[in-house]
Amino acid sequence: MNESDLAALVITLKLATVTTLILLLLGTPLAWWLARSRWRFKFLLEAVVALPLVLPPTVLGFYLLVTLGPRGPVGGFIEWLGGQPPVFTFTGLVIGSVLYSMPFVVQPLQGAFAAIGQRPLEVAATLRASPLDRFFTIVVPLARPGFLTATVLGFAHTVGEFGVVLMIGGNIPGQTQVLSIAIYDHVEALEYAHAHWLSGGLLAAAFLMLLTVYALNRRFPVGSYDN
Amino acid sequence: MTIEAQFRIEREDFVLDVALEIPARGVTAVFGPSGCGKTTLLRAIAGLESCRDGFLRVDHALWQQGAYCMPPHKRPLGYVFQEASLFPHLNVQRNLEYGVKRVPAAQRRVSMERAIELLGIGPLLRHRADQLSGGERQRVAIARALAVSPRLLLMDEPLAALDLTRKKEIMPYLESLHDELDIPVIYVSHSPDEVARLADNLVLLETGQVKASGLIGEMLTRLDLPLAHGEDAEALIEAVVAGHDEQFDLTLLEFSGGRFTVTRHDLPIGHPVRVRVTARDVSLTLERQSGTSILNIFPAIIDAITPVGSAQMMVRLMAGDVPLLARVTRKSAAVLDLKPGKQLYAQAKSVAVLS
Repeated sequence: MNESDLAALVITLKLATVTTLILLLLGTPLAWWLARSRWRFKFLLEAVVALPLVLPPTVLGFYLLVTLGPRGPVGGFIEWLGGQPPVFTFTGLVIGSVLYSMPFVVQPLQGAFAAIGQRPLEVAATLRASPLDRFFTIVVPLARPGFLTATVLGFAHTVGEFGVVLMIGGNIPGQTQVLSIAIYDHVEALEYAHAHWLSGGLLAAAFLMLLTVYALNRRFPVGSYDN
Repeated sequence: MTIEAQFRIEREDFVLDVALEIPARGVTAVFGPSGCGKTTLLRAIAGLESCRDGFLRVDHALWQQGAYCMPPHKRPLGYVFQEASLFPHLNVQRNLEYGVKRVPAAQRRVSMERAIELLGIGPLLRHRADQLSGGERQRVAIARALAVSPRLLLMDEPLAALDLTRKKEIMPYLESLHDELDIPVIYVSHSPDEVARLADNLVLLETGQVKASGLIGEMLTRLDLPLAHGEDAEALIEAVVAGHDEQFDLTLLEFSGGRFTVTRHDLPIGHPVRVRVTARDVSLTLERQSGTSILNIFPAIIDAITPVGSAQMMVRLMAGDVPLLARVTRKSAAVLDLKPGKQLYAQAKSVAVLS
């Protein structure tokens, strides 16, 4: 593993960690709302959240590039404020990854929240627990398998992305080059040995993460709520 | 000391529109057929139903008025749901502690130990919810609701999801709650037997409206209500143990209309008991019978009569100040010339001691 591979590894891990944390912070209230709301047009938001599942990543990356670039509405506005548009920066990678990995975090959480149902929360309310108290003492423990799945899927999916980061990050070694792109570069340069090492490592890491999730969710099942 | 409630809740398929005032002591049963709005009423009292328009005062505390609606977690109540609904991620002890921890120490009047003892769940504390039987789970749920020292205990058919054996297992605990704790209870049920055993007051609900409410003994014998027209129409009499007949192994129970003689119950003299007399077990005679095997004979005055079906009449009698029901054939009523104000004797072929 050469120096730029190592840099790509560090950037990848950093990107996946930051993205997962942001997604857990944003995705939890969003998933909670999606699981509980009876708003008539909720399906619109659900479709938007699920969009990255079916959209070619390059399409998302392209629109982000256009929007966040110096000539785009958001990028232009940031430049007008005196800031630097986030394209071709780590911040840009994070924005792209958050959008791209959103469904992988929101959907398991939404499913877990919905499965808990209304009853445990009503019981907790009659036992004097305030809404926030109920969330942390009832919802979070009961939705633990959902949180675990969301965390690992969000992290692993961010590690694995290619099209979005290539578009918005621009593959700058040491700054925005991640492992998946480094592998592509090695293959282009016919450096198959390098590509093998990185690919094999990613395969092993991904498998290990999923193995952990399934093993943990099996070992500590949260009992079903029915009698 | 009353609970005053007024709710109007509109649903797609039914409207709950009730105004009622019930005493804030003893057990008030809310009774009615499935789908009449019993559970919705209970949930509205707990603040679990969103209800824009309503009024609720418990003792002197205002829980809901107009736009003001105290959220459920601020209401000092206990709620027992039809299914035990224990938290699956906590063991029995932690389920109990969940509520206790959230009640300020100054407001705790029922200790957790007392709740555990009353429901007999001491040996279960370390168990997880899914290791318990249905009856045990419901006992834990009742103890959990009691342990928050509620000023009002709401119970939504806590026995309905259980089979007969489990029901019999829990009933004594519910009866002991009634006898030993001074917490008003609103008990939703569609089982006449549970109501007869537990209730002091009765609210009769029908298609979302209060049809009648009052003391249980009075309500069961009112001829204008459907309760006194059924196959199992009955009267409940509050009596006290007056003595025991050692020779024949019998117990004597006294009430304002006379004395019941029943098979022996090991209860101290002066102990209150509730006696059930079914209308079909009561026959009427104009003179006091001698030479009969029936021991329970009381002088009574006919209060009212109403036909039941085409061949029978339901007669409401007063024995002392206690109402009784007797079901007789229309023919007998004609032969004996039964009419309000007539004095006669009521003979009860069998009586059941409920507690």
